[in-house]
Amino acid sequence: MALPAYYTAKDKIWHYAFRVICFAIFFFLLAPILIMIPLSFNALPYFTFTREMLTLNPDGFSLRWYQDFLASDSWKRSIRNSFGIGIAAMLVSTFLGTLAALGLSRSEMPAKGLIMGILISPMIVPLIISAAGMFFFFSSINIAQTYLGVVLAHAALGTPFVVITVTATLVGFDHSLTRAAANLGASPTRTFFKITMPLILPGVISGALFAFITSFDEIVVVLFVAGVEQRTIPREMWSGIREDISPTILAVATILVMVSIALLTVVELLRRRGERMRGLSPQ
Amino acid sequence: MSQADATQAAPPKREKLFTADGTPLRKALERANRRRKLTALALVGPLLAFILIFFAFPIAQMMWRSVDNPQIVNALPRTLQALDTWDGQGLPNEAVFAALHADMIEDLDRPRREQTIGPLGIRLNYELSAARSAISRTSRAVQNFEAPYSDAFMDAHRLWGQPELWRIIKREGRPLTLSYYVAATDREYDEAGNIVKRPENRQIYVSLFGRTLALSLAITFMTFALGFPIAYFLANMPMRYANLLMIAVLLPFWTSLLVRTSAWIVLLQQQGVINELLVNIGLISDANRISMIYNQTGTIIAMTHILLPFMVLPLYSVMRTIPVSYTRAAKSLGATPWTAFRRVYFPQTLPGIGAGGVLVFIISIGYYITPALVGGQSGRMISNEIARHIQQSLNWGLAAALGTMLLVGVLVLYWLYNRLVGADSLKFG
Repeated sequence: MALPAYYTAKDKIWHYAFRVICFAIFFFLLAPILIMIPLSFNALPYFTFTREMLTLNPDGFSLRWYQDFLASDSWKRSIRNSFGIGIAAMLVSTFLGTLAALGLSRSEMPAKGLIMGILISPMIVPLIISAAGMFFFFSSINIAQTYLGVVLAHAALGTPFVVITVTATLVGFDHSLTRAAANLGASPTRTFFKITMPLILPGVISGALFAFITSFDEIVVVLFVAGVEQRTIPREMWSGIREDISPTILAVATILVMVSIALLTVVELLRRRGERMRGLSPQ
Repeated sequence: MSQADATQAAPPKREKLFTADGTPLRKALERANRRRKLTALALVGPLLAFILIFFAFPIAQMMWRSVDNPQIVNALPRTLQALDTWDGQGLPNEAVFAALHADMIEDLDRPRREQTIGPLGIRLNYELSAARSAISRTSRAVQNFEAPYSDAFMDAHRLWGQPELWRIIKREGRPLTLSYYVAATDREYDEAGNIVKRPENRQIYVSLFGRTLALSLAITFMTFALGFPIAYFLANMPMRYANLLMIAVLLPFWTSLLVRTSAWIVLLQQQGVINELLVNIGLISDANRISMIYNQTGTIIAMTHILLPFMVLPLYSVMRTIPVSYTRAAKSLGATPWTAFRRVYFPQTLPGIGAGGVLVFIISIGYYITPALVGGQSGRMISNEIARHIQQSLNWGLAAALGTMLLVGVLVLYWLYNRLVGADSLKFG
């Protein structure tokens, strides 16, 4: 971008200073996350760059922390738990959340504001309070420290995201399409699967991803409700950071950053697809 | 009859309309509307029930704990009755001690799961330390007590000779209590039963709430100070580049919270990247490494980083909608760039600032993980104290009282947020 010709010297200085400030802030956002990637290949158990690493000496690098991670039974269990609990919670919250969003977007829905308020409350209530409440309740019905308990808790925390994303997709939904389908003789079920579902699918999938990441990243409820058997990756990282902090944490962190880059890409692609599809349908 | 005929033949007087099967149209319409309403409710029903059972009910139950007070009523019914006539001065009479003896003897006969003496000791211990050991020691010896019981009890434990314990039993011998809230606001009961402030050195919670508010405000301000420039920068560049640079905001947003927190531990600790760098380039000496973590600074830096996207995203979406022509018009009318920004551009960003600010503030006020990991002693927030009371000190009533106060605060803020921007406008990514 060329600067306008009428810019005075002061304007120019300010223009460049502003850019420097902005890039410093972007650096602040990204550097802490990216700096862990090279550090996770450290050959020594330190959290700083050793002299060998700075001179790019191959001896300064190693995969030992990744080996540690893959060799440890508790880390392996945590990977299984994180994906298992995350997927189960995602299925529950996507199913319930999509149904509810379909109901909420109908014009004849009574008490919409109140119900919406209740449904998105898990997103607003501080996690420590949700976790404490669930801890007492789940203990009293004997599902604390079970997979069922953790899945139900995470499903409850994930539903607001599904409800919000699917409701947002339905705002631009053209209801004459379902009426046309019904007019042409399709049953409500068939209309739903052939017409409604494909159109709201991007919203449903990104809601599901949000529900999954909510569970995958959740730690407070896990701290209260899960037992040793149900420890997830964040729970293992928590003990790792509190008890003996070793660069294995950095190896795990690097892998998780890769996972989030993958998820971010999927969500971005879905958003674009959703925009394209809604651009096609007449408003 | 075709439609045109129907309109022409419509009589001037209103007549009832009927559907094909002969039911009045109004009734048929009502029935159809009711059916549609029921369908909508049936779709929402499962999730509503799920949230009410597994989320709303547990929280209501936890809040109930902050006033629930069954322990003394259950354990000492006779004693409480006998205490009815006690004036609160000096020690109660022999009849009360005899009633206490009867209550404790009865409890020994109950099956283990239904015994009330254990919970009684725990409950009294919240009000008076050492009460628990007094109760358990007495309960072990109570079978061998003989009249006069007052001497026997006072021999078993000196606490029975202190009017304070009796005042607590009388005061808290009710099914509901305020004492957890009294403790949560750094107050206590004096001898006459009035609520007074605790001595200075035992005041914890009010200053902790104050610190939580101050830290949250600091974090909100920091996210605003850092978020505003980059949101402006992103909003005023071509969409193509903006989408690309947006990744810098979205990647942290999508990265695991624990990853981001451990990144700051790696950077900020005494042997961490920043201190090593400063020592190596000679800015600070090896002995004077800066402590940037396990204190308030650590909490503020890490949480600013974690919550910055929540400020940038609403700001960005508001700034995108502000037409460039407004600022240009202001400048062409003679305003300096600063005046144009201050009087024309900035006021239009206020909805975004409000939305982002309240969002960041709400999230940070109830934050638990990051303060627990990088906050040390001085960076602790109210959530950490709630967790401590649930997991370590096991004073669940006090935890519930603190939690209820926090929850009410957050809900009020959320209500404000809703008034400002509407919950529907929350967007992720």
